[in-house]
Amino acid sequence: MLSAQDLAVIRESLGREPTEVERACFENLWSEHCSYRSTKRLLSTLPTAGRDVIVGPGDDAAVVRFSRSCAIVVGMESHNHPSYVDPYHGAATGVGGIVRDVVSMGARPIALMDPLYFGPLSHQKNRYLFEHVVSGIGDYGNCIGVPVTRGEVVFDEGYSGNPLVNVVCIGIVAPERYLTGRVRSPGNRLVLVGSSTGRDGLGGASFASRDLSAEASTEDRPSVQIGDPYTEKLIIDAVLEMADTGRVLACKDLGAAGLAGASSEMCSNFGALIHADRVHLREKGMRPAEIMLSESQERMLLEVATGDVPLIGSLAEKYDLAWSDVGEVIAEPHYIVMFRDEVVADIPIQMLTKGAPLCQWKSRAYEATKPFRRPDIPLKALAIAVLSHPEVASREWVYEQYDHDVQTRTISIGGDVAVLRLEDRALALSCGCNPRHIYLSPYEGTANAVVENASNLACTGSAPLCIVNCLNFASPVHPEVFWQLEECVRGLGDMARRLEIPVVGGNVSLYNESDELGTQIKPTPSIGMIGSGELRRPEPPGEGEELALVGRTGRHFGGSILDAVAGCGGVPPPVPDISIIQRVRCLVEKGQVKWATDLSQGGLMGALASLPMGARINISGEPLETLFSESYGRFLVSFQKEADMHDLPFAVIGEIHGESLSIVTDAGSIVLDHEELTRARGSLTSLMRY
Amino acid sequence: MRFAVLRFGGSNCDLDTYRVLTEVCGVDTDLVWYKEGLKRTYDAVIIPGGFSYGDYLRAGAIASRTPLMREVRRHAKEGGLVLGICNGAQIGTECGLAPGAFTINEYPKFICRQVHIRVENVLTPFTSRFRVGEVIRIPIAHKEGRYVAHPEALERMNANGQVVFRFCDSKGELTPESNPNGSLEYITGIANEQKNVLLMMPHPERASEEILGSRDAKRVFESMIDAVGAGSAVTTGRGG
Repeated sequence: MLSAQDLAVIRESLGREPTEVERACFENLWSEHCSYRSTKRLLSTLPTAGRDVIVGPGDDAAVVRFSRSCAIVVGMESHNHPSYVDPYHGAATGVGGIVRDVVSMGARPIALMDPLYFGPLSHQKNRYLFEHVVSGIGDYGNCIGVPVTRGEVVFDEGYSGNPLVNVVCIGIVAPERYLTGRVRSPGNRLVLVGSSTGRDGLGGASFASRDLSAEASTEDRPSVQIGDPYTEKLIIDAVLEMADTGRVLACKDLGAAGLAGASSEMCSNFGALIHADRVHLREKGMRPAEIMLSESQERMLLEVATGDVPLIGSLAEKYDLAWSDVGEVIAEPHYIVMFRDEVVADIPIQMLTKGAPLCQWKSRAYEATKPFRRPDIPLKALAIAVLSHPEVASREWVYEQYDHDVQTRTISIGGDVAVLRLEDRALALSCGCNPRHIYLSPYEGTANAVVENASNLACTGSAPLCIVNCLNFASPVHPEVFWQLEECVRGLGDMARRLEIPVVGGNVSLYNESDELGTQIKPTPSIGMIGSGELRRPEPPGEGEELALVGRTGRHFGGSILDAVAGCGGVPPPVPDISIIQRVRCLVEKGQVKWATDLSQGGLMGALASLPMGARINISGEPLETLFSESYGRFLVSFQKEADMHDLPFAVIGEIHGESLSIVTDAGSIVLDHEELTRARGSLTSLMRY
Repeated sequence: MRFAVLRFGGSNCDLDTYRVLTEVCGVDTDLVWYKEGLKRTYDAVIIPGGFSYGDYLRAGAIASRTPLMREVRRHAKEGGLVLGICNGAQIGTECGLAPGAFTINEYPKFICRQVHIRVENVLTPFTSRFRVGEVIRIPIAHKEGRYVAHPEALERMNANGQVVFRFCDSKGELTPESNPNGSLEYITGIANEQKNVLLMMPHPERASEEILGSRDAKRVFESMIDAVGAGSAVTTGRGG
């Protein structure tokens, strides 16, 4: 529903009562989801330019130069609310939408990443949501042949009732051949290609922009779209073949706000005339507002010169896709919708696409750090609890459901990043953030999410090219939440500037709170980072190789996995010395560091348990701090010569040995045998696979 | 020598297979869209992996009823080579190119992982470059890949050397843990009686380059090239 204030603004500007179609257009296009009403000012502070950025934020996806002959196209989306109401289709259509965003730039989608955030798996409902979200992503991505190569899973009570499903899609295009979503000139036709339009997904954009009520699950189901990955695959092949002809002048995916959203945004520099009665439909008796706002999936809108319409139509038919010539670009700056020879909407186009009044929210800082209390649990039991935490355990149950090998580019999905071959280089992909750290310290936590992703890339010798992000937050009506948003965007922007990584795109998902469960999510500025490096297969260290800890460890337990399992509190990690990232990357590039993994959830303990073999470790200092602290800017490495490491904070801590993990500390020693390690690592799989 | 890689709506390993054939193995290959039909003579036809028609109804069921597959059956009957990979294998069994069926995995989820398979018969145009009992590393990626067949059909296939690949562990042992989808007798690659058709669930095109982790299965394509080059695409021997 349009708010009374918005309606007043519209009445005043139009000088009359808006029609039914106009109201529907405003309701959806002026939604938070489409208009960034709460965040536009904040987002404008992010660094978006860079030497390699060809198209920055604002289009369906960003275009960034990878080499002279290849550009990558990257976008990131959330599909949070639909995934709670209908986890399978909600997640599947989330994949479909971001893939079409990349395709609409004329690029072939080559990889996906999916950071996921759920409530604890001890609740049956959360297991159900998790299982079906993973199936939905898998079935859709597998069917369209785009490999899901990376992801992350975070479990926290705040996501009960508000699971987050974020998806990053990466595509490739020749740098001079990309398309945009901006039409070129009046007189050209607007051709709609793909699925027929039905009543599914009506009002999705406005649905995504409010919190979920107690009845959300049932009454909102018609707002969730149903995906058809088979048609999506046809669209990918058809649109790429159409783009190859050079006759597609502009292209846009029909996503939020359906045809009204795509056509008005595409034509906002000119005007548009749409004939709603020419749209191919799957249902009888649809009203013009329903046709214009339907969010039926797998549809694309193309700008084509009049003479080229038959060619584009014949290519659609080659791929068994329906199409219709639904309107034209006009010079007059109006958005006009006709239905059976009647004008049902006529709005100044920029008022629709850019006129949404911005929201002002109050902001209030909070302090949530608790003093550290040493857990009264033996070291070995703590180690097993941390390693069994589903964020530290193996994610095999998830990633085996994704066809991560299709397109034969995937070199590695293990370790810290996905490595794909692209031409003769490596394309390195990383994603995620740590919401528990960010909740305690939004600015530092978000800056550290950038640090963490860049550290992941450094482990394979890759340098960052760009960042995309999804800002997932609770309702900005709470001053504390708006403060989180401000702090997170500031942290993201500052660290992106310090590391010189442009933030080229993203989206915002607010109102992630549940009346039903009385929960709100922790601030989740989820990041996708794309990098490039030399092409190589990462090999884990072998028997007898020495291991070293690189970086400085502090007593940073707040928001750690140790805190999550033992409730120990403590301060969250500050921003580390970031020069270490570049130094480690160089050592990996030169082969002086043979293998590296970044320390994140579970600290050193988590990193040691991720080794495919056992190790003999000898540590000095306070064992809890050395093993479980989650200070950033730290790596576990195997190396050629100690002499190469001289300018790094560096300590040899042991060697690869056998199949069990033995750790000697000043306060006694513990041994985790092969079976205990296997059981802990398999905890997520055994929870989900029944 | 000329190979064809078929493309149905929803095929998604077509370009991978095409690239391996042309760039890695150096064979002239055409991509054939299903509406075009086989317009020329091919020495081998490859039905690639993917989700033809979205796997709607049943994996492979719709593609198997297209006019193009009628032409492929004729090509096979005349002794031409046919390799069905993953969804191509499902299409192949759906139209009776070899006995049995590939159905939903024992744990009914999609599974993508590197596995080991054992070569059971090397007297086929697809496996001449392997040793009997050789263990190779190759990825699988499917939800409907559990092989099933009637006991009588199975007996005939075993007797006639039509079982070409079985899942196994790294040492070649048939252990329950090494059977990722619950296939009958660990079977994951089958031939027709004449051995000019091979239907397999693992993806040889994904195990043909060292940088991707294994090039063990490049020899499937090389064996086909040898067979076509020798002009004896059809062999009838029993291996194993």
